[in-house]
Parts: sequence; C-alpha cells; structure tokens
Amino acid sequence: MTPVPESLLRELAPQVLGAVVRRYRDFAAAEDAVQEALLAAATQWPRDGLPANPRGWLIHVAARRLTDEIRAEIARRRRQAIVMLEMTPEAAPAPDAVSPTDQDDTLNLLVMCCHPALTRPSAIALTLRAVGGLTTAEIARAFLVPEATMAQRISRAKQAIKASGIPFSRPAPGELNARLDAVLHVLYLIFNEGYASSAGPALQRADLANEAIRLARELHAALPEHAETTGLLALLLLTDARRAARVGPAGELIPLAEQDRRRWDAAAIAEGVGLVSDALPRGAIGPYQLQAAIAAVHDEAATVADTDWPQILALYGLLERMSDNPMITLNRVVAQAMVQGPQAALAALAPLDTKGRLAGHHRLHSVRAHLLEMAGDREAAVEHYRIAAGKTASVPEQRYLLTQAARLATATA
Amino acid sequence: MKFMLMMHAPRAGWKDAGIGTWPPADIQAHIAFMMRFHDELKQSGELVDAQGLAGPEEALVVRATAAGAPEVTDGPFAEAKEFLAGFWIVDVETKDQAYAIAARASAAPGKGGGPLNMPIEVRQVMSAPAQEG
Repeated sequence: MTPVPESLLRELAPQVLGAVVRRYRDFAAAEDAVQEALLAAATQWPRDGLPANPRGWLIHVAARRLTDEIRAEIARRRRQAIVMLEMTPEAAPAPDAVSPTDQDDTLNLLVMCCHPALTRPSAIALTLRAVGGLTTAEIARAFLVPEATMAQRISRAKQAIKASGIPFSRPAPGELNARLDAVLHVLYLIFNEGYASSAGPALQRADLANEAIRLARELHAALPEHAETTGLLALLLLTDARRAARVGPAGELIPLAEQDRRRWDAAAIAEGVGLVSDALPRGAIGPYQLQAAIAAVHDEAATVADTDWPQILALYGLLERMSDNPMITLNRVVAQAMVQGPQAALAALAPLDTKGRLAGHHRLHSVRAHLLEMAGDREAAVEHYRIAAGKTASVPEQRYLLTQAARLATATA
Repeated sequence: MKFMLMMHAPRAGWKDAGIGTWPPADIQAHIAFMMRFHDELKQSGELVDAQGLAGPEEALVVRATAAGAPEVTDGPFAEAKEFLAGFWIVDVETKDQAYAIAARASAAPGKGGGPLNMPIEVRQVMSAPAQEG
C-alpha cells in the first residue's frame, strides 16, 4: 500500500476538471466524470501505486467515463442507428506536463461556480466539489447536513448553470470584476463557516478554513495584480494565525483580548502582513484589504494595551463608508471605546437599538454588556450578557456569554 | 430501535434562576459533563444526533393563512411551564438502554455540583414496518 497524499487529489481536481470541460464543453457532465475519476484514484492508487503522471491518469479516466456516458446517451436516443463516436478513449488528452492554462482553469471554474444565478449555499457547495475536489460526503459532514441533502444542492446548482447557458470561458473584463466579488465572498464564507461556525457544537471546522485559504492562494496566483484578492488572502491568513489561541482546553471560546499571543502563528502573520502591505499602496482599496489591515494591526501588537486603537478606529471608519454591514459599525464602536472610553461608545450604540437589522441582535447585547462592564455598571452588564446568551444560536458563544454573566454576578454578590 | 430523549428546562426562572445565574465553576462543570456525555455516546455507537436549541425568547410560531402565506406570531406557549432546551436521538437494542442513557443525562451536575435530576422525556422514533417474509 502506497499512501497517496490527499492534498494531491485536491490540487489536481480543478486542473483535471478544467481540461475535461475545455474538451467536452458540458460542465455538469464533466464535473460528475471528474468526481468518479477522483474516487477511482482514491481506491486504486494506494493499491497499485501512484501513476507516472497522476494528472494525465485522472483526465484519461474522466474522459473515458464521459465518453461512456455520451455513448449511452446516444444509444438511448437513437437506438436503431449505429453511431460511432469519434471521441474514443485513445483520443483522450495525452498525459503531459502541467499546462500553462491550469491557473486560468482554476479562475474560470471559480467564476463559474459562483455564478449569480446560484444561491450562496449552492455556490459554496459547488465550489468545494468542483474546485476544491472534496467529495459530496465530506462537504455534507462539514456543513452538518445529510449527504442526500448536499447531493441535491449540488445537482440543483449544476442544473441552474446549465440552464443559464453561460459557456465555460473567462468572462469579459468588465464582467469579471463583478463575478470576482461573488468568488471572494464565497471563499470568505467558506472560511467563516470553518473558523466560526454560526451553529452547532464545534467551534472550528479547520478543514473548511484550510480549504478556503488554499483556494484563495490559487486565485491570488492567477490574479496577482488584483488588490482585493490579495487582501482576502491576507485577511484569511491573519485571522487563521490566531486559531490555536482562540479555543481553550475545554473547547471554550477565548476572545482576542484574552488570547495567549505566544500561540499565534508568526509565519502566517508575516505572510499576511507582507501581502496587505503590498496591496494597499496600489490604490484600489476595498473592504477585504481594510479588514486585513485591521487584523494586521491586532496581530502585530504584543498586548491589548499596545494595540494601535486609533488606527483601528480610523480603519473601521473607512470600512463603514464602504459597506452597510451593521457588524462593522459594532466593531467600530468597540474600537471607539478603547480610544474615547465606554461612555462615548455606549452613546454611539444607542441609535442601533431602533434602527435596522441589528435591533434585538445578540451581538448588539453582547457588545453593550462589554461596554457596561468597562463603564463599571456590573448589574446592567450581567443583564445584557444573559439576554445575549438567550439569543445566540452558537453553542460556544452561548457558553462564553453565560460564563461572563456568572463571573460578573459572582463578583457583584 | 431509536429514541428521542428530550431535555426540558423550567420556563419560570430561566432568566433569574437558570444556568446563567450559577457560579462560573458550576457552569464549566455542567458544560464539561455534557461534552463528555456526547463523546461517550458517540464512542459507544449509540448516538444518532444531538442538538441544543437556542433560547425560548427567540421562539416564534408560524401558521399558514388562508392564502398559504406564513403568519408569524410570538410563541403562544408563554403559559407552558417548560421549554425544550435540547435533545438526543440514540439507537439502542432495548428500551431499558434508552432509559439508562436518559438517567445519565438527567443527573447532569447543576448549581453547587449536585445532580440536577431534571426530567428527560423519552419517546420512541417511529420507523418503517419490518420486512415481511
């Protein structure tokens, strides 16, 4: 038995799919054929050894599956006619070295999987399968849904792409930017699902975070000049660098201010800081670069007190003008408390109670509790920690908030 | 055979006497017990699913209107004495095994570290009829 590194199949998946789609033009069918080829490799390679050209092997097997499929389809349609298909297995692409178009293929596949006709959950599932090379079962496990549900989500996504009639090719430059926004958002959501899952008992599903970083790296390799892609990769690295310090021994959430900074990943921080420093001066500043810059300021501070809070406050101010995401306003208010004190921050929080999407949100209550604690109003802080705990749908967050309330209540008594 | 074990928490006092008012060490002990219990059920091969539900303040009730559109109201069960806090689904050979698992959950440590002995509702999950012949 020769062990086959799992990362090899993941890396080859988009290259193989790109080659097969370019040849046969049918994305949905090609995607199925490549999945089957990957499954065949996962069982055959450990037994028979790694083929001399793994990429060529996968393309060959996928192409054969596809031609079998096409033959069967033609036979179904025209039972009486004798049809010889020109695309024989022997005509499958010859095994060769990695072609220069592989990075373009990854980009094209990402753009295709993040098609505007798809819902975000569908785009996420399809991206992980087609570009990430994960099996349907792996994706279902990561998102805590039954495999049949995930299979249906993927199959509906492929039908939607087919129905859209959009060919497998790089969109026109004007269109590419709009589509890239969706790609970046999907990668960001995959990372977040892995880093801070919104529901369920596990705080971190590291595989998804790793996968998002890997795909962001590939996208950055295909588009090194695109500042927001660089910004996203930097943001993911700078956030993920704190992963080990973010969870305590009992699986509990440890907030940034209380983390043991010696456990942060210095190499990831250095890489992230390098990327964002490289992207920012280019002029096309966007929300991912700004968030990466904020993460970099945190990551470069030796302690909470050493943090350059005025700079973080200024960066959140810029970010707020670029996006109407109320979570950014909440984070800006937390930074404001560090610069101007808790009373100013509490005053800034007041309008959010009645206005818009944050009214009644658990994060609004937890931020208020935090500010009230800073201001020395323990009883009110306890009350808001408890309200927040009753409203959150995240188990680790609920535990954290309950413990905060208990700690303060005990100190008051 | 599969059973659903439902953990009900008293609605009265959820805010002023519930877990949020325990000392931090007792909360930690309770959480550690629940995580260990989950792992043990997983290791023994008896766990099918387990979920904790978000707080009752967020509960809403939906009814279809005559036109089929959703009509959303605040939970009308304010008078109910208890709310469903979470559940386990276990796959076991006998009813008694399900009762034994429910008893372990019931004895989760509470305020002061003593067992809560909370009520756990045990209901069998319905299945397809057994194959005949």
